[in-house]
Amino acid sequence: MAPRWHRLDLLDARSGALDGQLPAAPEEGLVAFPTPADRQPSLRVEGGVVVELDGRQAAEFDLIDRFIAAHGIDVDVADEAMAVASLDAARMLVDLFVPRTDIHRLARGWTPAKLAEIVGCLDAAESILATRKMRVRRSPSIQAHVTNRLDDPALLAADAATAVAFGFREIETTVPVAEHAAAAALAILIGSQVGVPGAITQCAIEEAAELDLGMRGLTTYAETISLYGTDSAFVDGDDTPWSKAFLTSAYASRGLKMRVTSGAGAEVLMGAAESSSMASLESRCVSLAWAIGAEGVQNGGIDGASVAGSVPNGFRELFAENLMVMIRGLESCSGNDTLVSESDLRRMARTMPTLLAGSDFLFSGFGSILRHDNMFGPSNLNGDDLDDYLTIQRDWGFDGVLRWPGEERIMSVRQRAAEACAAVWYRLSLGLIPPGRVNDAVEAASSRELTEDEPHAVSDAARTILDERISVLDAARALLEAGYRPEAEALLAVARHRLSGELLAPSAILDESLNVLSAYTDPNDYAGPGSGYRLSAAREAEIAATRNVLDPEVIRAEQAASAGSVELVEVGEAAVGVDASEVVVGVSPAFGLSLHRTLCGLTVGEALREVLAGVAEGGASARVVRIVGTVDVGMIGLSAARLAGSGIGIGLQSKGTALIHRRDLKPLQNLELYSVAPLLDRAAYRQLGRNAAEHALGGRPVPVQNPYTDEAITARYHARVVTLMRIERAASRAGAPAIDLEVRFDD
Amino acid sequence: MTEATTRPAEVVTARSGRPASEVTVEALAAGTLRTADIMISADVLRTQAAQAREHGYGPFADNLERAAEMTDLPDDEILTIYEALRPFRSTRSELDAIADRMETAGAVRCAALVREAADAYAARGVLRDGSAAIPPDLGS
Repeated sequence: MAPRWHRLDLLDARSGALDGQLPAAPEEGLVAFPTPADRQPSLRVEGGVVVELDGRQAAEFDLIDRFIAAHGIDVDVADEAMAVASLDAARMLVDLFVPRTDIHRLARGWTPAKLAEIVGCLDAAESILATRKMRVRRSPSIQAHVTNRLDDPALLAADAATAVAFGFREIETTVPVAEHAAAAALAILIGSQVGVPGAITQCAIEEAAELDLGMRGLTTYAETISLYGTDSAFVDGDDTPWSKAFLTSAYASRGLKMRVTSGAGAEVLMGAAESSSMASLESRCVSLAWAIGAEGVQNGGIDGASVAGSVPNGFRELFAENLMVMIRGLESCSGNDTLVSESDLRRMARTMPTLLAGSDFLFSGFGSILRHDNMFGPSNLNGDDLDDYLTIQRDWGFDGVLRWPGEERIMSVRQRAAEACAAVWYRLSLGLIPPGRVNDAVEAASSRELTEDEPHAVSDAARTILDERISVLDAARALLEAGYRPEAEALLAVARHRLSGELLAPSAILDESLNVLSAYTDPNDYAGPGSGYRLSAAREAEIAATRNVLDPEVIRAEQAASAGSVELVEVGEAAVGVDASEVVVGVSPAFGLSLHRTLCGLTVGEALREVLAGVAEGGASARVVRIVGTVDVGMIGLSAARLAGSGIGIGLQSKGTALIHRRDLKPLQNLELYSVAPLLDRAAYRQLGRNAAEHALGGRPVPVQNPYTDEAITARYHARVVTLMRIERAASRAGAPAIDLEVRFDD
Repeated sequence: MTEATTRPAEVVTARSGRPASEVTVEALAAGTLRTADIMISADVLRTQAAQAREHGYGPFADNLERAAEMTDLPDDEILTIYEALRPFRSTRSELDAIADRMETAGAVRCAALVREAADAYAARGVLRDGSAAIPPDLGS
């Protein structure tokens, strides 16, 4: 067999190796940004009518061209807009002295091919800056997926309330069984108003059925109104630009916020890319979204994200899709809702630019539930990732919109939401959700923990909701009668906002105080450092308070609880020894006084006992001294060596770091060093003692070696080490002499 | 942090004519809230359309104006028309009939959209009587 570098076997086993990548193939639409094979930007207007669009004459217009030409080009700015060179336009996007609104005005005259060409001029960093500047709403927001494999209503309600507690402001559900939809919509509608009012909800199902739920008030917005970049994909999707335009108006006529969905890869997956680049096709979708009058677009890959991810520059294209939406002044619901890679590194690399730049919606569905319960398919980030997400938000100080609500808060909203859902079911005669089931749902990590004993309960309930024409008013009244007045009030408050029409505005959300934040009321005014959206002090504190923040007092208490492993009696000031076989063990200032346990879990007494036993085994004598003047393990070891009759000393910190030193070496030199205290054990300390003895007796021991590790050892322990070292430091006194110690073990 | 300007609820009225400020739990408990009390009115949609136009959102404003016309259409009528506008569902004359009906009902903008669709569907072969299958030029 031919020789092979063994490391390749290891790389083959990495999760990222499962991701498929493809060579660019422009003729199949497998290319991120426009190539010369794409339609080139052009626009001709005659008598106020668009007669040429991106290289096609009116007679050749397909359905999409035709709709965009009729509704999506502002002929008053078209000539001026198209005359701006694409590179100049791209520079305007990152020029902080060019107002966002100037660009929106020009964009009204840009054709789809023109806009695709413009965003293609930006590299990754420039795309981030342009996104920071161009997004419509100043305050970022975030949407959650709340679904489960059983469509269990109590779990849906509990998980919706949990999502709201974390900070999600839009909740999207869908159902694996279509006939469950109305029951799922009702469950998240209830759960979404528990604890904090005003999160809005949607249920992604077939277009007409979804509109029907909205008309009943069981949903407050919609976004899964799919657009495609080619006629054939559009028609395969059973719609046309006109049917979608009609649907868009239908939603508005019922006071429902509505955005559309598109994204690279959809056409390629349908074999209908018509040799256009992904950015070009998506730009047609975004132009069409503008032309039909949607308030925003969910894009950035969506179901086809991994197709984009398979070609060069694919992730940058996904990000550019969101930017195109923002340039047109629409709300960006920024993808990141498809698990784009098996690799944690790649999937976070895909999402990070959105987080740094900010967006109207950072995710068009962060899977707030666990991956396996996400009925859209796993999102790029899911409930499994919440702690990491909150920590990354803390690391970079961007507003990722979420927070750690605290365990008590989570349990209280879960309980209330699941009970409220059961109460509404009871009062509306939808069925009985027994208390035991409610409690199971409250505690469940996911639907895997729930039984499937009543397979028809949810579809029966959904059927009743549809047949009895149960509406949001019925749900509100049932809540009120069952004692859930705040939730009933919240539902009515959202209804009042629907009446006012303010929720229809581009980028409109309800904040947690029920203010409408939109393109009109909260416009993004970013113009460079110090401007635009900034974190308040309160929000900074919220971001800082992640779940795993260590409390130094807890560490002190843990240490105190381990006291008593050794008694170290101060005998007097230490002097230089005369015994040529003497090894001096120097312990750190707080050793056995306020610090009692090393990082590997041994008590300080156990570690010291092993070291002393090792010295004895090696045939040398030992003396223990406390080094008070320094906390540094090298200096402790050197100080000990200078006191030792043999000139050999051991330095031992309370946290367990240890070394062997010799009196003639420089402080940072040493003979042997255990630098990775968390990985040590009794045997290691004993070996260190034996080797010190051998050095003292003039031998040549085999040096101890740190154990192998692939752990993020510093990440695991440094936060703790900082507190331990602070305690050591407090116990030290500069210039103080070493103290001889008499060592007494209990047994 | 944000200067959210919320329109006072009392100036907004629902399709029923009832002020939004009366959409309260008290009314709910009394059993006097009707669906039409929580349905957006054509006037509000036209106000929103005007605001959209002021902010440079022309097509969005057009959409809201169509929506204002559609507030008078019952839910099932809307679902029916939507279905008729899907590809290969309607003949030219069926779409024209829908447009006529809407025009008579005062929904002139919606009617114009349907007529425009009929023209486009005829030109691109997505009418029901135009062709049973997707014509070759759609897939090319």
